[in-house]
Amino acid sequence: MITVVQPTGDALGASNRVRNVVPGALAACRALLVRDFLLAWRRRGELFLPLLYAVIVTALFPFALGPDPQLLRRIAGGVLLVIVVLAMLPALESMFRSDLEDGTLEQWLLAPQPLALLVLTRVIAHWLTTVLPLLIVMPLLGALLDLSADVLPVLMLALLLATPLLALLGAVLSALAAGARGSGILLALMLLPLAVPVVIFAAGAIAAAQSGIPYMAPLSWLGAALVLAVVLAPLAGAAALRIAVEA
Amino acid sequence: MDSPSPRWDNAQLPAMPAIAATAAPLLSAHRLAFARNDERVFGPLDFSVDRGETLLVEGDNGSGKTTLLRVLAGMLPPGEGECRFDGEPSTRDNRNGRALLLGHRSGMNESLSAGENLAFLSGLYGARAGTTVGSALAAVGIDAWIDEPLRNLSAGQKKRVGLARLLLLPGHLWLLDEPYANLDRHGIELVNALIAEHCARGGAALVTSHGAVRFADPDARHIHLTA
Repeated sequence: MITVVQPTGDALGASNRVRNVVPGALAACRALLVRDFLLAWRRRGELFLPLLYAVIVTALFPFALGPDPQLLRRIAGGVLLVIVVLAMLPALESMFRSDLEDGTLEQWLLAPQPLALLVLTRVIAHWLTTVLPLLIVMPLLGALLDLSADVLPVLMLALLLATPLLALLGAVLSALAAGARGSGILLALMLLPLAVPVVIFAAGAIAAAQSGIPYMAPLSWLGAALVLAVVLAPLAGAAALRIAVEA
Repeated sequence: MDSPSPRWDNAQLPAMPAIAATAAPLLSAHRLAFARNDERVFGPLDFSVDRGETLLVEGDNGSGKTTLLRVLAGMLPPGEGECRFDGEPSTRDNRNGRALLLGHRSGMNESLSAGENLAFLSGLYGARAGTTVGSALAAVGIDAWIDEPLRNLSAGQKKRVGLARLLLLPGHLWLLDEPYANLDRHGIELVNALIAEHCARGGAALVTSHGAVRFADPDARHIHLTA
């Protein structure tokens, strides 16, 4: 095949190639973070719902179980853990929903950026906007249930490891279920078996701290699982999103 | 280098540098076909689009125009045949953001403004040299609504924001799915001017249409898809 190459066009094209630089991965992540924070700010009313849910449920526990400080103190760690997991659940479902509906995911797929990196960035933005507020009010919720001051740091550490792990697992499932109708219940059913080990290890650390025995082993397991998920979940999520966009 | 378009002379299109010419056509399809659930959607098709060319894809509703564009964009795997981009098999790494798709779904969030949406996309794709979000929106006549959430804009105005995206992002191949839908007469002239401008500087465009709007360039090649 022979095509005449025009020298002027080529010269202009060469300079064009130099000037039209594809943004680096970090610049792309920053653009996505800025967009997601802007969106979260526009819908800040929705962000209060998990927070409100956690506060209400925690406040109801002493009323339902009776004001027995010893009982409350014993169950406080586990109760708060479960409340955080449940408060996270509704928001996980919508992690990719609106982007699939308005075609933003198509633009993600065509962009000269690794899709897995965008998925990871989305999970980070999601964690910062929906889960971090829950962790910030955790000392207050702990006080409502008379959580002892020794256990609170362990609970915080366990949540700092467990919630990103759940968000990463939830992102994969949310991407898988994004195209399906009624994906909320589907996501909850799929996440349950994956959430159980996370809850067991986190609860194990809290229980160990409450009985004054070493609690680092379960936390280390959580940390190891988190490292694994940070690497693998974005890849799995990216593959699932490709399927969702194809459908 | 860029001659002002005779059809759209009151718009100040940003100056766009030419795109390099190499030997192979920008996009070529060989025996390309796609089937969904064993039912042929289109094809087999043979065509190529070189730099400076526009290919008009015509066909009735349901004849597979959108599916063809999605296959060419790499969002659907081709069932049979192959698709080459710039002489090499069309892969994500090879296209590297040089194919832009303007589809039925805007690809933009309704809660964000036109400016915020374009700023995000140029964060992923980069921006043409000398073009900013403001200048791209000004070129399509939306600069007065730059901070307005998209949901407050009309369908035609949203379409124009989509056109501003084409001006802003440094793509070589434009895949335009029904770009004339929802646009007024001036908007249609604007689309034609943008495509002419893009081709003049060495870009290529595939444009689908159900045939209701007369395409500007009578010499443009056509593909007819039948349901």
